[in-house]
Amino acid sequence: MERSRTRLVSKTIVEKILSEHSGLDAYAGDIVVADIDAALVQDGTGPLAVQQLQKLGMEQAANPERTVLFIDHAAPSPRKELSNAHKILRDFAAKTGAILSEVDEGVCHQRMVEDYMNPGEVLIGADSHTCTAGALGAFATGMGSTDVAIGIASGKTWLRVPETIKVYVTGEFKKGVYPKDLMLHFIGMIGADGATYQSIEFCGPTIDAMDMSGRFTLANMAVEAGAKAGLFKTDETTKKYLEERGRGDRWREIAADADATYERVVEIDVTDLEPTISCPHTVDNTKTISEVVGTKVDQVFIGTCTNGRIEDLRIAAQILAGKSRNPNTRLLVCPASKEVYLQAIEEGILAKLASAGAAIINPGCGACVGVHGGILGDGEVCLATQNRNFQGRMGNTEAFIYLSSPAVAAATALEGVIADPRKYL
Amino acid sequence: MIYKGNAWKFGRDIDTDAIIPARYLKTSDPDELGRHCMEDADPEFMNKMKKGDIIVADENFGCGSSREHAPISIKAAGISCVIAKSFARIFYRNAINTGLAILESAEAVDGISAGDEIEVDTDKGEIKNLTTGAVYHAKPFPEFISNIIKQGGLISYVREKMRSQAG
Repeated sequence: MERSRTRLVSKTIVEKILSEHSGLDAYAGDIVVADIDAALVQDGTGPLAVQQLQKLGMEQAANPERTVLFIDHAAPSPRKELSNAHKILRDFAAKTGAILSEVDEGVCHQRMVEDYMNPGEVLIGADSHTCTAGALGAFATGMGSTDVAIGIASGKTWLRVPETIKVYVTGEFKKGVYPKDLMLHFIGMIGADGATYQSIEFCGPTIDAMDMSGRFTLANMAVEAGAKAGLFKTDETTKKYLEERGRGDRWREIAADADATYERVVEIDVTDLEPTISCPHTVDNTKTISEVVGTKVDQVFIGTCTNGRIEDLRIAAQILAGKSRNPNTRLLVCPASKEVYLQAIEEGILAKLASAGAAIINPGCGACVGVHGGILGDGEVCLATQNRNFQGRMGNTEAFIYLSSPAVAAATALEGVIADPRKYL
Repeated sequence: MIYKGNAWKFGRDIDTDAIIPARYLKTSDPDELGRHCMEDADPEFMNKMKKGDIIVADENFGCGSSREHAPISIKAAGISCVIAKSFARIFYRNAINTGLAILESAEAVDGISAGDEIEVDTDKGEIKNLTTGAVYHAKPFPEFISNIIKQGGLISYVREKMRSQAG
């Protein structure tokens, strides 16, 4: 009943965006049918989406120029069954005019923010980390193949407007501590289901000072706390990011009303935050670096939609340049997209990393999701910059995955055991 | 619908990689996905379970990826329904869309032991433990979602809507 008094008064970011897209005065708890601005599927989930539309006799895209089919989970294909699945997506693109993102182009979530998403828009995607685009002030959420299939064909989807948790962040990161450490710390605090069915709004002076790369990392991992979306207000940083990509005219102000209703407010001061690690086999199993330092690591993986951006590779190169990885530890580096890949070549980053002993792998999701490229052996330990460390995630249930920032990953590659990066910075 | 079967208990945070590992995502064929159901949570699960059995799990069942292959695999394996303290959001939608019966009831999960014979009435949201005689109640679905389930999932729901609009 509390809620009815605030009606027509003030809204959270998600309430505003879903009101605009449904034509209703929508608040948390309402079920709305919303217009979709963009939709994505990837090669794991897309073939099933296409098959569902074939069943309905609805092989169509309501908005083909912003329906993007990504071949990124197995790129390039390691086996014939997946090659055949890729053909389904290529055929659908040819038939409907939807955009195909080919094996060279990169991870869907990075590609969506680079080329397609703008503030105030609605994106649905058949991949759980679709929430990454929330960093641009968009409502972006992951769904299953059937949901996204219907969204692609009709241009609409049903949504329950979620309650919002406000995460208010203060303080300045100490040297060697990054937004990834903040996010792992936050998930450790509230748990893997701490925000289930809800949205998260990240705000406060620390967020205002954060670059887009860091905001993408936070938004990307909102789903690891169970959230439907992770949202940010837009500001000069958002505007500059869009301008650099020729979409400056698509910037608009997105912000919550000052007296919007929140499910709860979580305050975090990052001043004393330490490099933070998620230990096997859940993301919320977090420890500070000092508790795990010295753990033997067989493989280090730097990449993914969470931490495979140019800013991440620069940090890794800064630590690894002119040195060599530990001879007993493999190092894989995977730029999140072709744009990142080319930039890293231009800046000489890939040469530095390759010289330090990194295997540079094609932009994609294969290693993180355990399809191909970096599958772990029985009993092996990997430290990765990705978002998920479930048992079996990197293709082997007998392996162990730790999650960290790119700085911890680079330092670990040098020492062959989990290492504190601060001494190298 | 009324379902009757024996309970298989699982803990919290059973993720989609445990339900259907990514190595089997080379197909969307339900029978093939069903053969590997819960394989990484319990490698012997498919050899032990019987058609109609019920999965009973703690919080956050189905967390992780958006793969709809997870509820498809459970349904194709012959599991009649899943009772959990809570479901991850994307899994919850996917179960509805693929017509897998799911019920949220913390008291049922706490009150049911592995192997108990369970009867579930999804219309009433009633869960009976035939082994102990206890009766539990699940949270009802919002009306909009009930309508999708009654139509047998999202595809049938949309097909029916298209038919009524055309007529």
